[in-house]
Amino acid sequence: MESKCNECNAQIIIPNDAVSGEIVTCPDCGLNLEVTKNTDGKVILKEAEKVGEDWGE
Amino acid sequence: MQSKDISTLKLDAKNVAFELPNNNSNQNFGDIVLQRCISHFRGLHASAYIESAGIQVINSAKVAEICGNKFYTSLALCKSGVPTPKTVMTFTPESALTTIESMGYPVVLKPLVGSWGRLVVALRDQEEANAFIELQSQIEGALNRIFYIQEMVKRPPRDIRCIVVGEKVVSSVYRIAKADDWKTNVARGGSTEPCPLSNELEDMVLKASKAVGGGVLGVDAMEGSDGLVIHEINSTVEFRGAQNSSTTDIAEEIVDYTINQILE
Repeated sequence: MESKCNECNAQIIIPNDAVSGEIVTCPDCGLNLEVTKNTDGKVILKEAEKVGEDWGE
Repeated sequence: MQSKDISTLKLDAKNVAFELPNNNSNQNFGDIVLQRCISHFRGLHASAYIESAGIQVINSAKVAEICGNKFYTSLALCKSGVPTPKTVMTFTPESALTTIESMGYPVVLKPLVGSWGRLVVALRDQEEANAFIELQSQIEGALNRIFYIQEMVKRPPRDIRCIVVGEKVVSSVYRIAKADDWKTNVARGGSTEPCPLSNELEDMVLKASKAVGGGVLGVDAMEGSDGLVIHEINSTVEFRGAQNSSTTDIAEEIVDYTINQILE
């Protein structure tokens, strides 16, 4: 499915099996965006959280 | 999990609110929780709360606490007799610099909490030591007032990452540093190759896993000049790099282990 980057409006292809919380990256500006699916299945993108100092393993 | 026909509920740490007293009236944690939060502190505190509700968490809050703090990990390894690099902890820049001089160069300065090789720096001479100790002492946060200083182990430009699930090493890979970096983290561009799982490596890794309480762990080892040493253990282990060089389905191993914990 397709969506638009919140920052630069570039087209972003979101895999059909993407789950809520998954991160996609804008191919144009590189912004990380979090996928959210609302109750009627519509995909919303919002800017992902910035990497925290305690992230990762 | 979907392929195994298991009912699952995903909790997003950004949306939860854990209430105390916990009267269990409005929260459903199921039969078991597989905690995979990318934030160590969020995951740790969530695990503690869920455990207080009587639900088992993989990994336990205690294991997460030990593995998330490099000094606690070093303590656990030493207590269990697992070979680990010489490490010194100090609380002031002055004592850190004195310690480094007595250890001799090079040494490695690591943040107590953190991953992906962030803020890990090799100190090769006094000038670097002065600069980076001062830098760390200027970074906000109480944990940065603790200096975790480790000998720099002479090793090939790689280390070993073993994924342990319960009492089984399900994956063993070399993590190879990029040409211009000494750090091997996959997050920093390191690559992976299969690593033969010798009896010595397997025994040491399983002993290290047990030392911190066991579960689903990423155990990191180095081939030092005096033999294998374990330098880090990761609780919410990421395994993209390991999976690229493993024939085992690591995710499936983790899911099967979690399901079996319910049944036991």
